[in-house]
Amino acid sequence: MNAIAVQNLTKQFGSFTAVDNISFDVKRGEIFGFLGANGAGKTTAMRMLCGLSFPTRGEATVAGFDLFREAEKIKKSIGYMSQKFSLYEDLTIKENIRFYGGIYGLTDGQIKSKTDFMLQHLGLSEQANTLVKSLPLGWRQKLSFSVAMVHEPQIVFLDEPTGGVDPVTRREFWTMIYEAAHAGTTVFVTTHYMDEAEYCDRVSIMVDGRIDALGTPTELKEQFSASDMAGVFLKLARRAKRGDD
Amino acid sequence: MRVLKILLEKEFRQVFRNPAILRIIFMMPAIQLLIMPLAADYEVKNVKLCVVDFDRSAYSRELVNKITATSYFQLVDYTDSYNKALTYVENDQADLVLQIPAKFERQLIKEDKATLFMALNAINGVKANLGSAYLRTIIGDFNREVRTEWLQLPRFNSQPVIEVTPINWFNPYMNYRIFMVPGILVILVTMVGAFLSALNIVKEKEVGTIEQINVTPIKKYQFILGKLIPFWVLGLIILTIGLAISYLVYGIAPLGNIFTIYFFAGVYLLAVLGLGLLVSTVSATQQQAMLLSFFMMMIFILLGGLYTSIDSMPAWAQAFTKVNPVAYFIDVMRMVVLKGSTLWDIRFHLLTVFGFAIVLNSLAVWSYRKRS
Repeated sequence: MNAIAVQNLTKQFGSFTAVDNISFDVKRGEIFGFLGANGAGKTTAMRMLCGLSFPTRGEATVAGFDLFREAEKIKKSIGYMSQKFSLYEDLTIKENIRFYGGIYGLTDGQIKSKTDFMLQHLGLSEQANTLVKSLPLGWRQKLSFSVAMVHEPQIVFLDEPTGGVDPVTRREFWTMIYEAAHAGTTVFVTTHYMDEAEYCDRVSIMVDGRIDALGTPTELKEQFSASDMAGVFLKLARRAKRGDD
Repeated sequence: MRVLKILLEKEFRQVFRNPAILRIIFMMPAIQLLIMPLAADYEVKNVKLCVVDFDRSAYSRELVNKITATSYFQLVDYTDSYNKALTYVENDQADLVLQIPAKFERQLIKEDKATLFMALNAINGVKANLGSAYLRTIIGDFNREVRTEWLQLPRFNSQPVIEVTPINWFNPYMNYRIFMVPGILVILVTMVGAFLSALNIVKEKEVGTIEQINVTPIKKYQFILGKLIPFWVLGLIILTIGLAISYLVYGIAPLGNIFTIYFFAGVYLLAVLGLGLLVSTVSATQQQAMLLSFFMMMIFILLGGLYTSIDSMPAWAQAFTKVNPVAYFIDVMRMVVLKGSTLWDIRFHLLTVFGFAIVLNSLAVWSYRKRS
């Protein structure tokens, strides 16, 4: 069964159609790249799949649950890392992990072993008791990702996780994504970096709320006769009629 | 339960790491309770009086002496020109003009009656009213003295006089502070509760952490309870500080049971916090939440019976106070502190405020949307 199955999903804000009748499937354990220019509707689509926004029309299942009727069940099985930084800056690293772990129903024992494992993995053991606001951006992003994975979700949604992050940290971030996918987690990621698009198993490209291309990076390059993903993206993005907003 | 515990842990950590909140908790009760009752009261002193005396007799001078002997009046000028007195009023140098007509003494003696004329500067209505009342009392006193002076021998039947002797219950000396302090305590608890809770959820919206919460399987009531309880505790802490200050500084110890106050305050805080959280869920920014709650609190407090008596408000305003939680608490506070009322005496207040708490919190839970 697919991790995510979307049929004719639409979201309208008044007369504006942010997401226009999109359909796609994401397989289990896949790294699915969700590309598109600013304002193409990526974040809106992702927020619908996470149960943060009601779809206007269409059907979808996430982790086998219906998006309309079982949104709260979906929430137990997914992790989400939003574009905005979403850890509490006035709490320490350890307290943030404890808070989100606790909300997902982890026991004190589980939280403790998770915390130790994550801190060690991220090389943040020394900083366990520092406030999050004093961490540099790259570390914050890696920490956010780990926190989004604290309850070992089936699917993790990442909304531009590497925006503004330096190339070295981006590499490390993608290593973490690969590790998660290896462990069986489905990764749904949006990005503006075309080199990152090459790392994905499959990629979809949104233009003006529609999905105009979908396939493996190799297939897409062939289909649009481009040498790299940047070429594919430029060809598609030029069709866009919507302004950059 | 465990989720709630985790939420509370987090909220309390954030509160105690926020120096602004801590400062409010300790400074606000101190400042409001120490300064307001001492500085802002209704007692009118230093009423500036100008006397226009056309008579210049022994009696008129005696009257003026009697008036200026009290601490309430300050004689600006003693003149014989009404126009001059009016100039003082126009320049805001006098609040009251007392005019003693010519032949005042003669009329008093010969005709047994005389007329005085009083002009008030009513720009400050309270001052004008109270000033004229004081003045009337002093003149009345003067009148009685004059009569007794003449009536040493009962030459004829004295006019029957009805003497009224008032007794002030619950606040024997009509001490303004005893009346005011319990009310200010209510304002304190209300302001802190309403503002802190109104700002809280909306802050998470602004920072963006609410998204992360909304994507978890947390229940709405858990989230709201997690926000409610910390501020409930803070509100009771403030009440405690306030009660301590009013005992230590003003010697006001509640006549009734202190647990009656805490019990009512506990229920009352639920209502106020519910309102704050409701504001928080419908606002998008902290600014908006602040203005909205400021607007509501202003009305609640002004129409709450702290500064002005509810009984003398117009009917529509009195109807409004029926849905004003602040009015109930001020009433209860005065009842328990000054009169020693018991839980049984305040049962209707208690039930009504409990009703507000249920309605407001249900609305807060209802209007908090995990999904938009």
